[in-house]
Amino acid sequence: MKRLEEKTLRELEDKAKCLRRHKIRMVTEAQSGHPSTGLSCADIVCALYFYIMNVRPEDPDWEDRDRFILSKGHSCGILYAALAEKGFFPVEELLTYRKINSRLQGHPCKARTPGVEMSSGSLGEGLSVGVGIALGARLDKKNYRIYVLMSDGEQNEGHVWEAAMSAAHYRLSNITAFIDRNRQQVDGYCEDIMNSEPLAEKWRAFGWRVVEIDGHNIREIIEATETASRIKERPTVIIAHTLLGKGISYMENEAEYYAKSTPEQVAQALEELR
Amino acid sequence: MKKIQEEATRYAFGEAFQELFKRNKRVVGVSGDLFMLFGLTEFARENRERCFNVGVAEQNLIGVSAGLATTGKIPFAMTIAAFASLKAVDPIKMCVAYAETNVKIVVSHGGIFVGKNGASHQDITDFAVFRAMPNMTIITPSDGVLTRKAVPAIADYEGPVYFRLGRPPVPTIHNENTNFTIGKAITLRNGSDVSIMAAGIMVHQAIKASEILKEEGIEARVIEFHTIKPIDKEAIIQAADETGAIVTAEDHNVNAGLGAAVAEILVENCPIPMKRIGVLDVFSESGPDEDLRKKYKMAAEDIVEAVKNVLARKSG
Repeated sequence: MKRLEEKTLRELEDKAKCLRRHKIRMVTEAQSGHPSTGLSCADIVCALYFYIMNVRPEDPDWEDRDRFILSKGHSCGILYAALAEKGFFPVEELLTYRKINSRLQGHPCKARTPGVEMSSGSLGEGLSVGVGIALGARLDKKNYRIYVLMSDGEQNEGHVWEAAMSAAHYRLSNITAFIDRNRQQVDGYCEDIMNSEPLAEKWRAFGWRVVEIDGHNIREIIEATETASRIKERPTVIIAHTLLGKGISYMENEAEYYAKSTPEQVAQALEELR
Repeated sequence: MKKIQEEATRYAFGEAFQELFKRNKRVVGVSGDLFMLFGLTEFARENRERCFNVGVAEQNLIGVSAGLATTGKIPFAMTIAAFASLKAVDPIKMCVAYAETNVKIVVSHGGIFVGKNGASHQDITDFAVFRAMPNMTIITPSDGVLTRKAVPAIADYEGPVYFRLGRPPVPTIHNENTNFTIGKAITLRNGSDVSIMAAGIMVHQAIKASEILKEEGIEARVIEFHTIKPIDKEAIIQAADETGAIVTAEDHNVNAGLGAAVAEILVENCPIPMKRIGVLDVFSESGPDEDLRKKYKMAAEDIVEAVKNVLARKSG
């Protein structure tokens, strides 16, 4: 395993702050969006796009690219920020988010946005698509990897479990899934709305290898992902323990901030993310 | 080639799929535990590298097919109509229609003639669902010959297709000279008193109806609409202009299917008397096909009665 230099780690942590700033600005400009949920997975998205994944921004259809599917499509602001910083489209375009005629739709739109692998927003579907890509990759004897990011509320969807079962059945070790375990969903805490614990045991029972990490520790994200890529017989799911709104003091763990912030709060947020 | 008198369109598909699969390496088969319905059980087992079973999981069937399509494959996703158009419709909307992936959804057991299985296995809603979903093309051939011509055309077409086939054997009415073009209706019989526009299994009832009508001195034009969407607007307007009265016939709810597609064109372009034959917005039931045809008014005789109705309303 390539040794992760301290310098690189600092750079990735700065990049994650940058993605968070973009997200706040985008949601403020659009007066619409889900800021907190993008912040809980910003470190995962950052690690994937700026360290782990092999992609070519100038050639989004490059056939050997690694694939990332944002199954929790409501966090697309953070994905768009990563794609822009990576060079798939200009950073200035981020402020067109959710405006009319924009390439940056409220939830991922494959047809409009360079770098988006599949449309999402209707929870439960991304892993299923990932299974199809993984089967295609194996058929073509390709070595690219497929990353799927789901939310924990999303585990309520039966479609997730259909996909999980089929990934294990077909031994698709070229898939690595992430669950953004921020413990909250729209109506409240996951354990109150629809308990999915014991989550790790469920995934193991479905034939997956399970690891649990601090979803805000970029070193842990990278190490868990690299280890998963060396496992041959089974896919891996990385349960990433996170905080909704991570990075901004008044948002951390507060479900209320699914909604909009005041201008004062936005200024405070951007200050904290410097 | 041996002439086939009667065959089920789902089996004709199975044979055509095998030929296509051998010729075109991008083609893959995916099914929700229903390769058997198309006569493909052995074939899928012998070709595991490119034939994937997802078991009884129709949403996953569609997601997996969409994923395969993004890697450049041409997936044929196989199940029965009801499970695709109803149980799996959100992944079809999100991962196929909206994402514009090249998935071909192939279903058997369209309509109510599903071999005594009853309402759970019938589908009278699929045309309605996919007519109202952007980017979907809906094709339903009347016989085995047309099915075999449609399969390579569907593979060559770039974009989502819903290919609706039937369970029971049906008479062969087309031959090697029939031209199959997606979106182009086929005139099977000429006539100038009325046009009977039919799809799928009801084409056969339409032909029978035209023979009954001929005995009574009424010359009916019979037009097959194998493509429900996009509907052949020119064919509808021409038939309206030239015959002045239309009856539609489909193995689908009388609401929101072929009849509605035709009515929409007529009302905006050339309003003339029209009547729709189809399932009268009720769930059907178990029973032999002949009994279902009589009880649910899906027989040639019902088309004949509808023709007389529109002729009486025709002015001049």
